[in-house]
Amino acid sequence: MELILVNIIDGLVTGLLLFMLSAGLTLIFSMMGVLNFAHASFYMLGAYFAYQISIALGFWMGLLIAPIIVGVLGAGVERYGLRRVHQYGHVPELIFTFGLALLIEELVQFIWGKNQMPFNIPEVLNYTAFSVAGNSIPAYKIFMIFISVGIFMGLLYVLTKTRVGMIIQAALSYPRTVESLGHNVPLIFMGVFGVGTALAGVAGVIAGPVLGTFPGMAFVLGSIVFVTIVIGGLGSLWGALVASLLIGWLTTFAKSYNLAMSDIFNAIGISTPENMDDNIFRDLWTVTSPQIADILPYILMVMILIFRPAGLLGKRES
Amino acid sequence: MSNQLTTDPSKSAQRMRAGSMTMTLMPWILAAGALMLMPFIFTSSSALTIMNQMWITVIFALAYNMLLGQGGMLSFGHAVYAGVGGFACMHIMNASDFFASFPLPVLPVFGGIFGAGLAMIVGSFSTRSAGTVFAMISLGVGELIAASSVIIVAFFGGEEGISGDRTYAMPFFGNEFLQQINVYYLTSFWVLLSAALMYLWSRTPVGRMANAVRDNPERAEFLGYSARWVRYYSFVASGFFAGIAGGLFAINYEIVTEENLNTASSGVILLVTFLGGVGFFFGPIIGAIVFTLVQTVLSLQTELWAFYAGSLFLATVMFFPGGLAGLLMMHVPVFKLGKAKLLIEPYFKTLLPAAIGILGLCALVEMTFHFRHATKGDNEMTLFWTTFDSHTVLPWLIALAVTAVGLAIAKRTAPALKEAWSDANSAGEVS
Repeated sequence: MELILVNIIDGLVTGLLLFMLSAGLTLIFSMMGVLNFAHASFYMLGAYFAYQISIALGFWMGLLIAPIIVGVLGAGVERYGLRRVHQYGHVPELIFTFGLALLIEELVQFIWGKNQMPFNIPEVLNYTAFSVAGNSIPAYKIFMIFISVGIFMGLLYVLTKTRVGMIIQAALSYPRTVESLGHNVPLIFMGVFGVGTALAGVAGVIAGPVLGTFPGMAFVLGSIVFVTIVIGGLGSLWGALVASLLIGWLTTFAKSYNLAMSDIFNAIGISTPENMDDNIFRDLWTVTSPQIADILPYILMVMILIFRPAGLLGKRES
Repeated sequence: MSNQLTTDPSKSAQRMRAGSMTMTLMPWILAAGALMLMPFIFTSSSALTIMNQMWITVIFALAYNMLLGQGGMLSFGHAVYAGVGGFACMHIMNASDFFASFPLPVLPVFGGIFGAGLAMIVGSFSTRSAGTVFAMISLGVGELIAASSVIIVAFFGGEEGISGDRTYAMPFFGNEFLQQINVYYLTSFWVLLSAALMYLWSRTPVGRMANAVRDNPERAEFLGYSARWVRYYSFVASGFFAGIAGGLFAINYEIVTEENLNTASSGVILLVTFLGGVGFFFGPIIGAIVFTLVQTVLSLQTELWAFYAGSLFLATVMFFPGGLAGLLMMHVPVFKLGKAKLLIEPYFKTLLPAAIGILGLCALVEMTFHFRHATKGDNEMTLFWTTFDSHTVLPWLIALAVTAVGLAIAKRTAPALKEAWSDANSAGEVS
């Protein structure tokens, strides 16, 4: 029972981190109809910038400044890259962001090298917040939860309650109309792109110390983020939240409970074959849940796509 | 009306349209001849290895372009079909009785069948829509299969992959494919056959409908064609040829690993195809040849080759979405108008300084890299056949000056090039 509580907290941290990335990605998607492949690269840039700043000015300035730099970079990419490629159609746009992701990874390796950076948790937060049945919960995890929930609240407030949010929402659905009402829609798009990438940057800053700051970090998280927004439904913010939490908990629980496939088969009445060596399904019998934890999101995605192609909360049938 | 163009059979450019049969067969005959003669020109074994790699990439890139260029479907996980084809061929190689019952050149067919089989399963749900959703599904399925390759050891062999021996096949006219040159001709045969088949496929009604669905799926549906099924056929055919490429890979290297089907390989094939140009059938062929050469030559010279390849790719997407083939084909109207010589001088004036400027930029990048990452005390570096100390100011000044001057000249002469280009593309006398 206590272990469940620990896993719930761990899963929540993972899920909220995923959500910080997928929220920006899904906003950008519903705006431009294009998935930003380089989104996780901006997350990586956030971590690296914060590391570089934290050497000189400390972690907190890094948390403040790095996302701003990342957001400005993102806005620049939209203004000078994507907008140019937009005229060729959606597929070149996707390819452009894919190439950008490759280039950013190479660039990071070029500047910082291939090794993991010693980007650590700030001293202030380096203690145990409380412990559940002997399992200590570090304060940094609680801090991560608060930051992500705070950002989500802020985002929700801005999008639904302020005038700027109204204009953004209107521009997402009817860009032409909003433009003819006198609003600068390209500027709004650029702004949303910048904010989305800045969110990814924040995620990078707070994830960098725990998940490691290395050139492959974008790749590790990148495809999971796409899977998340496909499961949640492309373009749906609430769907992204649900899917992020679902994936967070699913992978955490699969990792901590060692369920073997043979136990499941035995439980439903299929007995383990005597001779495993020649059995072509021998790998299926020996698979355990921690082994497949990392591919569970992909399996979930394929299932969703077969049975509910629009995603969990997605509306548009595209 | 004196400037109006009329067909004049005495002019060489227009005579080419006549005799369409020889015109369509000519490139294939030339390609066959080139494939036959290549090993006599480049005799070293490393050249043979590079060429084998090149032809395999050609098949794979052409198969990929059946999706991307002809069907408008962007796949981020196409290496899976080639990889599974390769793994299937490797298992057949290891099934000694069955493998001994047919000659080696037949083996890639099995790779193709397995690739197509997997494509049939995946395509049944992924081809419902094109565009972003298709791209996402392809990515997810690609990741899924790549990740399971470490878990399902019986088929994928875990992390070390599986290896086999191609020489156990039934001798093919007494040939057991012991040497690289034998494999070269096997690969050449398959590259010619697959390219021809893929070209013919693109001329069939199915291939034509794939283009229609790419451009306007709604209209194609109104004409009574199911966009989904048209996509499905392209997808399965593409999986078949990708599987053939995988089978050839298995024959050539005698080992297949997880690297053959991971996302990185899928990304490379996208890069190759787009660099070559998706708009023309021969685009991926150019892309595969150029990319393999760049990869082998550049990776020997610099650690940063992936960085340059990435920059080149991004520049292609942003400025020349037609790729290399698009750049080449842009010049066809100029040649038809007989105004190609108008372009020689401006090209020389702009592109040469631009190339020098870009090389200067590369030098700066290399020097920065050396400055930051070389071991302490190792200040010597060799660049463009000159050795110098990267911690002194002079080489930096030279590289900066070369870059600045080269790019500045290119920028100054660019308007003249633009003007010459529009002159060369307009019919009639130059004003």
